[in-house]
Amino acid sequence: MTVAVSILPEQQLAALNAAYRQAVARRRLRLLVGAAIFAAALVLAAIGAEVNLRTLFTYFGNFVSYFDRILTLDSGQRVWTDVGEWLWGWRKWLKMLGETLLISYVGTLIGATFAFALNFFAAENTSPSPWLRFTVRRLLEFARTVPGIVFALVFVIAFGLGPMAGVLAIAIHSTGALGKLFSEIVENADMKPVEGIRSTGASWLSCMRFAIVPQVTAGYASYALLRFEINVREASVMGFVGAGGIGQELVVAIRKFYYSDVSAILLTIIVTVFIIDITTGWLRGRLFGKEART
Amino acid sequence: MRARYPDVFDRPAAARLAMPAMIVAAFAILIYGLVDLDFSPSRFFAGLSQLGWISLMMIPPDPGSSLPIYLKALGETLSIALLGTTLAAVFALPVSLLAARNIVPSNILRFPIRRFLDSIRGVDTLIWALVWINVVGLGPFAGVLAIAVSDFGAFGKLFSEAIEGADQKQVEGIRASGGSPLHEIRFGLLPQVLPVIAGQVLYFIESNTRSATIIGIVGAGGIGLQLAEQIRVLEWQKVSFLILMILVAVAAIDFISGKLRFAIIGRRAVA
Repeated sequence: MTVAVSILPEQQLAALNAAYRQAVARRRLRLLVGAAIFAAALVLAAIGAEVNLRTLFTYFGNFVSYFDRILTLDSGQRVWTDVGEWLWGWRKWLKMLGETLLISYVGTLIGATFAFALNFFAAENTSPSPWLRFTVRRLLEFARTVPGIVFALVFVIAFGLGPMAGVLAIAIHSTGALGKLFSEIVENADMKPVEGIRSTGASWLSCMRFAIVPQVTAGYASYALLRFEINVREASVMGFVGAGGIGQELVVAIRKFYYSDVSAILLTIIVTVFIIDITTGWLRGRLFGKEART
Repeated sequence: MRARYPDVFDRPAAARLAMPAMIVAAFAILIYGLVDLDFSPSRFFAGLSQLGWISLMMIPPDPGSSLPIYLKALGETLSIALLGTTLAAVFALPVSLLAARNIVPSNILRFPIRRFLDSIRGVDTLIWALVWINVVGLGPFAGVLAIAVSDFGAFGKLFSEAIEGADQKQVEGIRASGGSPLHEIRFGLLPQVLPVIAGQVLYFIESNTRSATIIGIVGAGGIGLQLAEQIRVLEWQKVSFLILMILVAVAAIDFISGKLRFAIIGRRAVA
């Protein structure tokens, strides 16, 4: 089979070629201008952030030697040569770690409950009235944008030092983050069941309960688990401002230069985060798997 | 119908009990947690009324005479976010190539790199900030480095996932025409993954504006430093002003980066 390729006359070809080159040149120019603006912004930012390469180079040795120091015991040996000595405080640390996990668990659950209660008002397809939707949305946005640790700082003053402030801070932040995600799931839900139930004369509440909730629970659970994972990390630093958990131990160890303790606590945090990541990943897979079967 | 789908009409008792059992267990842990973390109602309501007072004192937001300082601090925060994210992206790109399955097929080589990235990610930005303060001293520079390091872990993972998701046909085509492995990456892979990566970097600049606002709390520069100080001295009007500033700044960055993301990805999709 032959394909007829029409070869354009010289003149037309030249014009098209020129147009092509021009288009390429325009694209390159745009890229160049973009890169130049970006570079300028970087330089400006470097000045703003007081970046000093000389400091970095002089002190870069410190960075390396910092890790060297935190991996050395008081006796001058490497930490892994004497694990018992390195992890001497493991009972206390595990207890603090348990507190951290509990803070994130309770915070996530409270946050998820509030997000669940609010998300139907925030979703476009289920909200009973536009102004309610607007208010709830702004509320969630506020809860999500103010960082959790700022809430923690304020709550420490209102509720006193201790894990309560951490739990409330995480709960509020989770409400904001999950409320948004939940309402997005609801917006993607199929509205036909709602119509079916409404046609039987059911109230708004029963529409939500029997038409929307069965569709969205798997998605809710999945996002809540993801949030729990993030909150474990967040709770590990809540102690920095006095809101409970392992962060308190860590900040003391860092400030007081208990080098080997720093690495030991960091190790326990990292291992915990790994375990939580893997477990929630597995759990998420199972939840979604179950949903796919039914 | 009942005979054909017995499971739907008469669910086995175990299946019917599983859900309530899980819910009861979840709330049992919640109650235990509330008790263990000493959540007494009296303390809660006392704190709540205190919180009410605090919010009353926050109105109206007022910077006092320190508006220029706050603006400078906000600029510092934005600089930290921009520089930190860029540094992280620059360093993460080569490493993410090494962590991608279709570039480095060897499991033994890839495994330590992945775990390395994971452990960097497992440590919160605030902890990195504390470490860097020990190295370069207090100030925004420590903040830049902290964000760069913790994002390095996140980017390494995200980029390598983007690379693994890329189409191999282009790469094979370049290999067939006699290109070197570097050519394969440059002409086969990068054009595919660049829009994805650009989108992610923009998204991170946005989310890092949020992180950068808080690393000041441990002394790594930016608006968080001012915020923590004003909270500690109970200047609530200034606190609410600073929170408002952060909200406005984050919203502005959201808006700009949304536009930019669309421009980058849209242009790529057309080209």
